[in-house]
Amino acid sequence: MKVAVSSSGTNLESPLDPRFGRASYFLIIDTDTLAFEVKVNDQNMNLPQGAGIQAGKIVANCGVDCLITGNCGPKAYNVLQSAGVRVVTGVNGNVKEVVERFKNKEFEYSQGPNVDGHWV
Amino acid sequence: MKELTVISGKGGTGKTSVTASIASLAEKRVVIDADVDAANLFLTLEHNLIETEQFQGGYKAEINPELCIGCKECFKRCQFDAIFEEITENIIPKLSKQKDEQIRDNRISPKFAIDPIACEGCGVCVHFCPTGAISFERQICGEKYISITANGPMVHARLGIAEENSGLLVSQLRQRAREMAKEQKIPLIITDGPPGIGCPVIASISNADALLIVTEPALSAIHDMKRVIKLGRQMNAAIYVCINKADLNKEISENIKEFCFDNNIKFAGEIPFDRAVVESMKMGKALVTYSDGAASKAVKEVWENVRLFMGDTMERVF
Amino acid sequence: MIVTVASGKGGTGKTTVAVNLAVTAAEAIRATQLVIAPENPENFVELIDCDVEEPNAHLFVKPQNVVKQEISTMVPAVDMALCTLCEECEKICRFSAITMIAKKIMIFPEMCHSCKGCSMVCPTGAIKESSRVLGSLLTGQSSHGFNLTWGELRVGEAMSPPLIKQVKKTITCRSGRGNSISEDINNKLSIVDAPPGTSCPAVTTLRSSDFALLVAEETPFGLNDLALTVEALKKLGVPMGIVINRADSEQKGIIDDYAEKENIEIMQRVPFSREAAKICSKGLLLVNELPEMKQCFKELYLKIVSRITQNAKESKYKKTFTKTATSSSDNSIVGRS
Repeated sequence: MKVAVSSSGTNLESPLDPRFGRASYFLIIDTDTLAFEVKVNDQNMNLPQGAGIQAGKIVANCGVDCLITGNCGPKAYNVLQSAGVRVVTGVNGNVKEVVERFKNKEFEYSQGPNVDGHWV
Repeated sequence: MKELTVISGKGGTGKTSVTASIASLAEKRVVIDADVDAANLFLTLEHNLIETEQFQGGYKAEINPELCIGCKECFKRCQFDAIFEEITENIIPKLSKQKDEQIRDNRISPKFAIDPIACEGCGVCVHFCPTGAISFERQICGEKYISITANGPMVHARLGIAEENSGLLVSQLRQRAREMAKEQKIPLIITDGPPGIGCPVIASISNADALLIVTEPALSAIHDMKRVIKLGRQMNAAIYVCINKADLNKEISENIKEFCFDNNIKFAGEIPFDRAVVESMKMGKALVTYSDGAASKAVKEVWENVRLFMGDTMERVF
Repeated sequence: MIVTVASGKGGTGKTTVAVNLAVTAAEAIRATQLVIAPENPENFVELIDCDVEEPNAHLFVKPQNVVKQEISTMVPAVDMALCTLCEECEKICRFSAITMIAKKIMIFPEMCHSCKGCSMVCPTGAIKESSRVLGSLLTGQSSHGFNLTWGELRVGEAMSPPLIKQVKKTITCRSGRGNSISEDINNKLSIVDAPPGTSCPAVTTLRSSDFALLVAEETPFGLNDLALTVEALKKLGVPMGIVINRADSEQKGIIDDYAEKENIEIMQRVPFSREAAKICSKGLLLVNELPEMKQCFKELYLKIVSRITQNAKESKYKKTFTKTATSSSDNSIVGRS
């Protein structure tokens, strides 16, 4: 299974970035082999608005089944949902640990966004 | 970490004075001045500026008159009336002296320019300009500051005159404040919000745990308070109300309390009209540090109540 | 003639000044018969409340026969039967309001600024016009003989300038700037109540005003925000004067010092009294309740009229002057408005 994790660094030891739209990186991880690919989210860091939408699109285009992050706003959630990507929110810890916990089925999929939009 | 935003709907009810006081009463907090186009908190809270950063807002289009051929493509497409014809009569005499007839003809055709204040930054003109005469750059629209105050950091800003993107600036200030709160393990963020219910207000209250509405006993203030309560409810924040200058019309103050009771809104207290409020402002100090009078005592009580009320809201992970 | 009542700081008394001035002006115009068509005097003064986030003027004016109209802005809708998924619409949109996800076009109406770029670039005409409600436009008549128009932003809508622009479109008198205003003064006066601040809502309101009346209070906050508004007005090229509201005494204070330094006229001081505060809190008009206030606003009205007439003469002079001056220089630009 392929999952995306919002990350503040480029390796599995990095802490999860609780921000989704303005996360520094996304790690696209194969949960079986722990092989991963790094997606830089730099264009969104400074985007005047719509970072969540753009980030949602990046993650959706990677063909992942699930996104694990801290906070996911309504617009990003909409994007991910229509691309068929499930979302886990409210998570922290380092990326490797988070993936292990995901494999152990410790998380539940979110039924909706867990924060309001940024409105900018 | 919890976030409290002070708002009012109507301006001038005393948001900033109340914020300065509770920011001085809360033991450890980050305080944000989110009224970025008329920031006042820095005037009444003693502080030391430690960091300044530029604020990049949206994009603006600008026409290079050398490349403009006057085809009107941009003029026809702009939905914001930002493009206007420039009178070129004063450059004609000079050019007509030049031998190159073609250049002259070219120059005499009308030229267009963009009013930067009206430009929305949509980039439509840039896309359709056949000669690539329109540049499109992100603008520096203001400055962001971090200052040190007695009970923790203050995050504030100054939006350039007649600049836009105040909502974006507010979001960035709050983001910065959250990072600082997390790093320094500060349990509370207090935001002094702008008046109104528009974009910077929405940016000030999105994801706040609670709103403290500072109102005053006037029909107009009640009208505005009701609109801001509606907005707060849309954004799922807990809502508390306090009345400033409550004794200026006791009858209306009673009506406000009744309204809060009927609508299940927690009432945080009444602050009497007190000249010490303006005097403390003139001294550049928060009311509670400057005076021990009636208003000061009342604000302390309001803060005690808000603290109790906030105890009921859940502690968030981030 | 468009006179806009503004202030950087909220709650200084913009609305109080605007409504009391409108009542005074309507009365004065009727009394002095400055009007050309006296059978229809209510058309000669109008009050426009552009503080669409928190409009208050109607609470004081209590207008009759109110007509309410919904105001919307264009947002795109996609006809998927015509869409070829070329993504051109997404590429031109600066506001992330339209995006393609998994072979579907998603639209985020609240992000849209209605630039129509997406429909302009769409090669197959798949983008249709839909709408997003911005709020309402309301109009009614005051018993004091003028019309009040105001906008009310929908709670939850973030963008107020598009609605403010719609409210301003109802202003029946033309801005006199650059025209022969002195004739216009006798004909029509539009008093505009502006939102607080110095960013887009306030600037959208103040643009193309003939005169700005700045309501200031004598506090450090009041002075700080007044100075910001003055800078904005300089940028917009709107002439201005100051009204000191809730003045503590006849003595000169920090606002006077600032005004003197900036060479801005103090046009009136409205004194502070608990009684006046109470009258305003009940939604009543100062000019109806207190004779001294009636006098105070009459003086203010007359000062504004004489000031605008003077401005008109000066700008006429300036216009001819700058015209001759610029025609001799090569690179100056005229026509910027």
